[in-house]
Amino acid sequence: MHPAFSVVFFTTATGAGYGLLALLGVLAGQGFIPPDFWLGLTGMGLALGLISTGLLSSAGHLGRPERAWRAFSQWRSSWLSREGVASVATFVPAGLFGIGWVVLGRTSGWAAVAGLLAAIGAVATVCTTGMIYASLKPIAQWHSRFTLPAYLVFSAMTGSVLLNALLQGFAAGSNMLLAAALLLTALGWGLKLATWRYNDRLEIPTNANTATGLSGGTVRSLEWPHTEENYLLKEMGFRIARKHSAKLRQITQVLAFALPALLLVAAFALPWPYAAALSILAAIAQLAGMLVERWLFFAEAKHTVTLYYGR
Amino acid sequence: MTCLPTHTDKKLGLVIDLDTCVGCQACVTACKEWNTGGHMAPLTDIDPYGGNVDGVWFNRVHSYEHMTEMGGRTVNFPRSCLHCETPACVTVCPTGASYKRASDGIVLVDEDKCIGCKLCSWACPYGAREFDTNVGVMKKCTLCVDRIYNDNLAEEDRVPACVAACPTSARHFGDLGDPASAISQLVAERGGVDLMPEMGYKPTNKYLPPRAHTTRAASVPAPALEAVQAEGGFLGWVDRMLSN
Repeated sequence: MHPAFSVVFFTTATGAGYGLLALLGVLAGQGFIPPDFWLGLTGMGLALGLISTGLLSSAGHLGRPERAWRAFSQWRSSWLSREGVASVATFVPAGLFGIGWVVLGRTSGWAAVAGLLAAIGAVATVCTTGMIYASLKPIAQWHSRFTLPAYLVFSAMTGSVLLNALLQGFAAGSNMLLAAALLLTALGWGLKLATWRYNDRLEIPTNANTATGLSGGTVRSLEWPHTEENYLLKEMGFRIARKHSAKLRQITQVLAFALPALLLVAAFALPWPYAAALSILAAIAQLAGMLVERWLFFAEAKHTVTLYYGR
Repeated sequence: MTCLPTHTDKKLGLVIDLDTCVGCQACVTACKEWNTGGHMAPLTDIDPYGGNVDGVWFNRVHSYEHMTEMGGRTVNFPRSCLHCETPACVTVCPTGASYKRASDGIVLVDEDKCIGCKLCSWACPYGAREFDTNVGVMKKCTLCVDRIYNDNLAEEDRVPACVAACPTSARHFGDLGDPASAISQLVAERGGVDLMPEMGYKPTNKYLPPRAHTTRAASVPAPALEAVQAEGGFLGWVDRMLSN
């Protein structure tokens, strides 16, 4: 599948943003994070900023973005529509929670309820994003039991690493949160390795024989219907060289998992402000690594239409 | 509404005979010619005379080599929308632009509602949908809805343009939901198959596999060679006279 930057950025940014929003909503609402003005402004600004730029980026890849409002109508059948509804609905409690925290200086009472609702909305939205990909049968690498958990775990992982960086930056960090960020990074790493292992051994029943209805023997593409690449090949026929894929997987492992984990471990041992600097570096490295991970998620996914082109 | 109808009164579709298709591309050009002025018009062409030709087509003809223990053969393979019974391209649509008609089962796109998110093209295993970058919306085969019900056309012309154009009658149109229809009987007789049945989309269109190989020689009735030596009779006498 063609890795369009708008969609790569959208899923990575909103994943991190919703993860951060959910953690802020729950932890600040339950009194684990002080209702500090600057902390609230930066944290909620970062979470809602990531979500909003991500959503705008996804709207940017539409052919007719001025009609995007129509996408809220088909939530009965379409995961994309459900994602639209969930993402917009989440802005309501998230906005109230942000107003409570930043404007009124309170994160308890009704603000805590709004925070909890925002967290539920955030998790629901990430689920819908994961299901958009997991529900697509023609793309076997996505239509697997790994896709939805990956979206949820990566959202929690990037969200927790961001929250740790934020709190460390405000000298309000805790070993508990550092440990949580570290554990989630390890969990994300394990899940990604398991997904790659699964995808590399994937054998699907669909092949050139079933695609053409010609049973038995081998079916070889002699001639395409067209001389140049058409929409289908540009959009769904993207191919990545095996050596590039291997290198990018290594880059993903270093940037998204290994380096952040090392930096977080070091942050345990060092005092503020060194721990804060390392935590912020860990968050930046991980987000960069997740962009590479998401690029590969698209680039390594093979659509069944490529079978018609002998690919 | 992108929820699928529980039942369609008819299952209009195509049956394509891979045995007789010669890959002449007549259906492809007839489709383009009709539909660039039809329901989903225009079928935009981009850089049509340049080095990076691209454009929207509803029907594409591939050529394959099918090798079995009986030998190899070239199979020409027209590929277009199969108007599936459970088309995920419809259910994934977030706007209601894609829909399957309860009356005849045809899958269509309402161009005025499409936001061009391209998700339907990802959901189609067959590559039936093509995005029009100029108009910013998704386009697909309409089964020529603007021909098959068109009272302004002579009755024999009320078939999809691709069917009307096929010089070898490799394309057939009809109601595949009616087991008594000529097209359903053709499918039964020739053992018509679904493409990628394992995907579970239940395509309406069927493909008739090439007929089995035979071991006897091609039955081309070549005339027997004339004898080199003319024999008796008047012509024989003329031949002998002239040969002297």
